[in-house]
Amino acid sequence: MADYTIDAAVDITDVVCPVTFVKVKVAMDELKEGEVISVRMNDGEPVQNVPRSVKDEGHKILKLLDNGDGTYDLIVRKQGD
Amino acid sequence: MAFSNEQLERYSRHIILKEIGVKGQKRLSEGRVLIIGAGGLGAPAALYLAAAGIGVIGIADADAVDLSNLQRQVIHSTPDIGRLKVESAREKMEAINPEITVKAEPVFADSDNILDLISGYDFVIDGTDSFPAKFLINDACVIAKKPFSHAGIIRFRGQLMTCVPQEGPCYRCVFPAPPPPDAVPTCRQAGVIGAMGGVIGSLQAMEAVKFLTGAGQLLTGSMLTYDALSMEFRKIRIKARDGCEVCGKNPSITKPAGGAAPVCEGIAL
Repeated sequence: MADYTIDAAVDITDVVCPVTFVKVKVAMDELKEGEVISVRMNDGEPVQNVPRSVKDEGHKILKLLDNGDGTYDLIVRKQGD
Repeated sequence: MAFSNEQLERYSRHIILKEIGVKGQKRLSEGRVLIIGAGGLGAPAALYLAAAGIGVIGIADADAVDLSNLQRQVIHSTPDIGRLKVESAREKMEAINPEITVKAEPVFADSDNILDLISGYDFVIDGTDSFPAKFLINDACVIAKKPFSHAGIIRFRGQLMTCVPQEGPCYRCVFPAPPPPDAVPTCRQAGVIGAMGGVIGSLQAMEAVKFLTGAGQLLTGSMLTYDALSMEFRKIRIKARDGCEVCGKNPSITKPAGGAAPVCEGIAL
């Protein structure tokens, strides 16, 4: 059982750095504090950099799920507004 | 207002910044900045503010592009000689960023038009090169409670300060009145190194961006001076003067007076 519910989702598999993180920032801007977003990203550069950038902004990373198809879902809880 | 994917890419380097982010870029897109003077200071300021996606940029200047301008006024090109500076500037700004609105005002600021000119803008950049124009802009901005950036350049030196009326000192708090004519050489007589406009005009654009986004601290209550020969920046603290003729307790100046001399007839710093 997941101890969170997903409030929003964003797919960044169609863009490359740095627009990957920019799309995440825009999506998170729409959320209220404490809400959870699922971010779908490609293996490689995005999965190496996006979680770190999200953390640097002060948000909480709950999980990184391997979808087994070369993509990951990063589950993030928004902190601060 | 939501950003398109193209806008996200255009402004990605801004949006990534913690101090700007999505909110800051939206504020820039909704911001309105007036640049008075499309010369050495106004050229870089106009280019950076256009690139930054400031929603509405006004640019005021009645002069035409002259060959002697091209050594420093980087928004104008050789084929622009003889054209109105504001038209030449608008073309470059719109080429950088077709999303913004550029309002070309082919006028010199004077006591009759200055209040109309600055109304409707959030922030004003003084890119003029004469003392009468600088005092006129200061007085009008204080009277209209309009935040602005003052700057001046001459030879290898530049200076700037930001004034937020009622929150800090104005230009007249530091310099109560213009110097007598001929006390300071004109930029035509004295010369100015081309890149000085780039340094100081870019700092003015920086202040406009910081004002609109709320990032960091503005250059209020200080004058920043730059000496290119010794490569020294100095930040000199300045105080509001109780007896200031325009922003003091009992101001004697209650409406803008005087006119702006045509470019280069006046004094550069």
